[in-house]
Amino acid sequence: MFKTEEKPAALASKEKNTISVRVMRQKGPDDAPYWDEFEVPYQPNMNVISVLMEIRLNPVNSAGKKVTPPSWESGCLECVCGVCSMNINGVPRQACVTLVDHLEQPIELKPFTKFPVIRDLVVDRTRMFEALKRVKAWVPLDGTYEMGAGPRISPEKQQDMYAYAQCMTCGCCLEACPQYHEDNAFIGAHAIGQAYLFNENPIGAHLKDDRLEELMGPGGVVDCGNAQNCVKVCPKFIPLTDAIAAIGGQVTKAAFKKMFRF
Amino acid sequence: MSNRIIVVGGGLAGLAAAIRIAEAGLPVDLFSLVPVKRSHSVCAQGGINAAKNMKGENDHPDIHASDTLFGGEYLNDQPPVVGMAHKAPAIIDLLDRMGVPFNRTLEGFLDFRRFGGTLHHRTAYSGATTGQQLLYALDEQVRRFENEGKVEKYEYWEFLSLVIDEAGRCKGITAMNVWDRTVHVFKAGAVCLATGGPGMVFGKSTNSVINTGAAASRVYQQGVKYGNGEFIQVHPTSIPGADKLRLISESVRGEGGRVWVPKTKGDKRKATEIPDNDRDYFLERKYPKYGNLVPRDVATREIFDICVNQGMGAGGKNQVYLDITPAKSGQQAEILERKLGGVFEIYRQFVGVDPIKEPMLIFPGMHYSMGGLWVAPQDNGTELFQMTNIPGCFAAGEVDFQYHGSNRLGANSLLSCIYGGLEAGIRMVEYTKANPADAPESVYEGEVKRQREINKRLLDSKGGSENVFALHNELGDWMTRYCTVVRKNDQLDSLLEKITELEERYEKIDLNDTVSSVNQTFQMARSLYDMIQLAKPIAKGARLRDESRGAHYKPDHFFDKPEKEKLGDPADTDIYLEFVTELEEKQGVTYKEHASQPNPVLFKNLAKRKEMVAGSGSGGGTAVAPPETYTAVSPEFLAYMKKWVETQRVWNKSSIATYKAGAMPDIEYRDVVMTFEPPRPRIYK
Repeated sequence: MFKTEEKPAALASKEKNTISVRVMRQKGPDDAPYWDEFEVPYQPNMNVISVLMEIRLNPVNSAGKKVTPPSWESGCLECVCGVCSMNINGVPRQACVTLVDHLEQPIELKPFTKFPVIRDLVVDRTRMFEALKRVKAWVPLDGTYEMGAGPRISPEKQQDMYAYAQCMTCGCCLEACPQYHEDNAFIGAHAIGQAYLFNENPIGAHLKDDRLEELMGPGGVVDCGNAQNCVKVCPKFIPLTDAIAAIGGQVTKAAFKKMFRF
Repeated sequence: MSNRIIVVGGGLAGLAAAIRIAEAGLPVDLFSLVPVKRSHSVCAQGGINAAKNMKGENDHPDIHASDTLFGGEYLNDQPPVVGMAHKAPAIIDLLDRMGVPFNRTLEGFLDFRRFGGTLHHRTAYSGATTGQQLLYALDEQVRRFENEGKVEKYEYWEFLSLVIDEAGRCKGITAMNVWDRTVHVFKAGAVCLATGGPGMVFGKSTNSVINTGAAASRVYQQGVKYGNGEFIQVHPTSIPGADKLRLISESVRGEGGRVWVPKTKGDKRKATEIPDNDRDYFLERKYPKYGNLVPRDVATREIFDICVNQGMGAGGKNQVYLDITPAKSGQQAEILERKLGGVFEIYRQFVGVDPIKEPMLIFPGMHYSMGGLWVAPQDNGTELFQMTNIPGCFAAGEVDFQYHGSNRLGANSLLSCIYGGLEAGIRMVEYTKANPADAPESVYEGEVKRQREINKRLLDSKGGSENVFALHNELGDWMTRYCTVVRKNDQLDSLLEKITELEERYEKIDLNDTVSSVNQTFQMARSLYDMIQLAKPIAKGARLRDESRGAHYKPDHFFDKPEKEKLGDPADTDIYLEFVTELEEKQGVTYKEHASQPNPVLFKNLAKRKEMVAGSGSGGGTAVAPPETYTAVSPEFLAYMKKWVETQRVWNKSSIATYKAGAMPDIEYRDVVMTFEPPRPRIYK
């Protein structure tokens, strides 16, 4: 379903010197979506962001009609802030790091479907951040005053944690997930990854029971259908399915412990 | 009466302030243009400095402070720099406790690497995405406070203005909800601007596209002074792109990366096929001691010179090689990946070449503003450290003008953001306890009305011909061309005229979009006005400063040190100003200008420096040893020193801009606060 390699369209673009792009538009949260098509001057090494930047310099669609420039989110443009997520040719990914030369045309840009649309390609991902509260994705710090260094950690453990610490809450894993919907409670792969990270942290582990309790319930780790789409689309290559497996095991163990406590 | 405190901006500085305030028990309202986790701090790559002295190098916070001042060419007010350097080790500990996955040694301690402008391993790092990791750690702690109801977040809200009462004190803000464009007013005892740098004023930079500088400009237009605006850091190593300039971290050089160009003009061979004999490692050639790790302004000028002036750029273009391949950097591919993977990934994704296998191609790009909102350098009566000249309005992070003088050292920005934020936070708590939000309702109503009218005027304007994004590109092109690496007065004059022209053309913008939800044309239109206003103190500051200092370089106002053999400095020590007197005494020369020098503060701390170099000071005697014997110095050297002292007398001052509506700002010059060490000529060897 999520092939990220496509036939290079660079040659086609060079011949006609323009790029064809279709953008799904939506004026506001309660309006109906519609399509706008644009032809944009081709330059080598263009990414999807620079295509959208070109459009707003001259917001005229393929029919020659002046339109409002599409709204989209962007930040760092270096694939580290996680804001420019969208469906590009049907694949959820970061627009900054998606190069035009690797895409079939017309390039199709659609907002994420698992979150409410605010306008055009802009969606409301608040639910992702709320999920981080549910799993208490933090170290329970006593305070900011001087209390010496943190725990010693081996380079191997650091590398393991670092992989998960790069999660930028972009939402690609959730967009690709067949279990995650606007109208269900599934917490999502990103939050399970963070639960794993903080359970691994020697001090973060002090809240392990709370996290597992949360992930035991409705919308927790058992709602994962093991489609493994999350790991395929993650722009930071985070081993999310490893975390889901590990947390699954931890939850089972905790459930047993709970059962025999009484 | 409200005792709430407002923090605007959710990068490292804003989050650090919010944490300190919440911890002290006062309620925080945190405003951010984007979810705070997406703030620009996320882009910082290389690391964060602290003299932890974990590599047996006798490093010390005093040496860190000294390196920072020397790197900033003594334009930094000194008390904040010394405070920051001394708190740095504790800040690293704090981040470590928060769970930042810093790279580790085999024994499990934090690892440290080298960065520019220092000879010590002083930079803690988390792969090559240290900013991201630090931001996330603070974000997590703020989320925890949010969960406990101690912090309220306003994400996707754009700061519009301060609310200022009749006595001239800040009592709140107005802000606009980006999702529906409604304008609201918020009361607070104190407000902290932590809104980052003005990269977008330069069009394309290494900054995130949210870094417009608009918030800083808005408070500047309300009367907050803007300091050292002309000092703009151009990072030596970035990848040019159509949409932005992507940073390639200084840590690449810290880990052994070497900058070079082919010795022969027009060398057509592939980089990997050019042997060492045919490569000019020009930084190593010119700076044997610091090599590739000279400070950023120096490296940038050298790269610029070799490409633009000498035409020696790789492939005949404005680009040089940065070689971190294992054969040249002396580190195994696997280790490099662990330390720099984040940077390599950017290069692989955007250029399609693997830096482990082939040298990268890079060129300087606008990166950081040393200048920013003026804040007090220390607590002093009514002045509070990190507070601007408007009582109740604080600033922290890149948006303030503190800490870095005329040039910032790499890996000092993450530190100054966190330190500044924490210090601002404590003071805002004390200030708010004494000064709650007690302005009359009419003051709040007046300000929100004023902002709504600005929006309405913009939305009602019709029939314009200027595309706001194109106008912004034009501003950026001009600022980049005439106000970055090399500055010339005639060009700066045309730039100032251009800014005035853009200000006029702004009146004819074509808004073309009046939709209320997420109207980015409207947002850009509002911000562009403020970017134009902020370009003025930057450009005018550059025009007026007729000298070269740090990142501000004017070839027409530059004098180089005498050639090494003429330095008369056989011990090869750094030349401290105070030694000049001794040199003169030993030579029987009287250096009159020195004695009658009208800026005695330059010499105030002579005793401290002598203590330090003699080994009894707090620096542990490791900074710099004075020469054992003084031999005669050349007349060239004394002439150089004389010129240098004269330049310091005139120009070792902060430029402070005051906004003037419809005109260029007034700029005054203030003495730098020197409490730690006197300046010495900035010569990197």
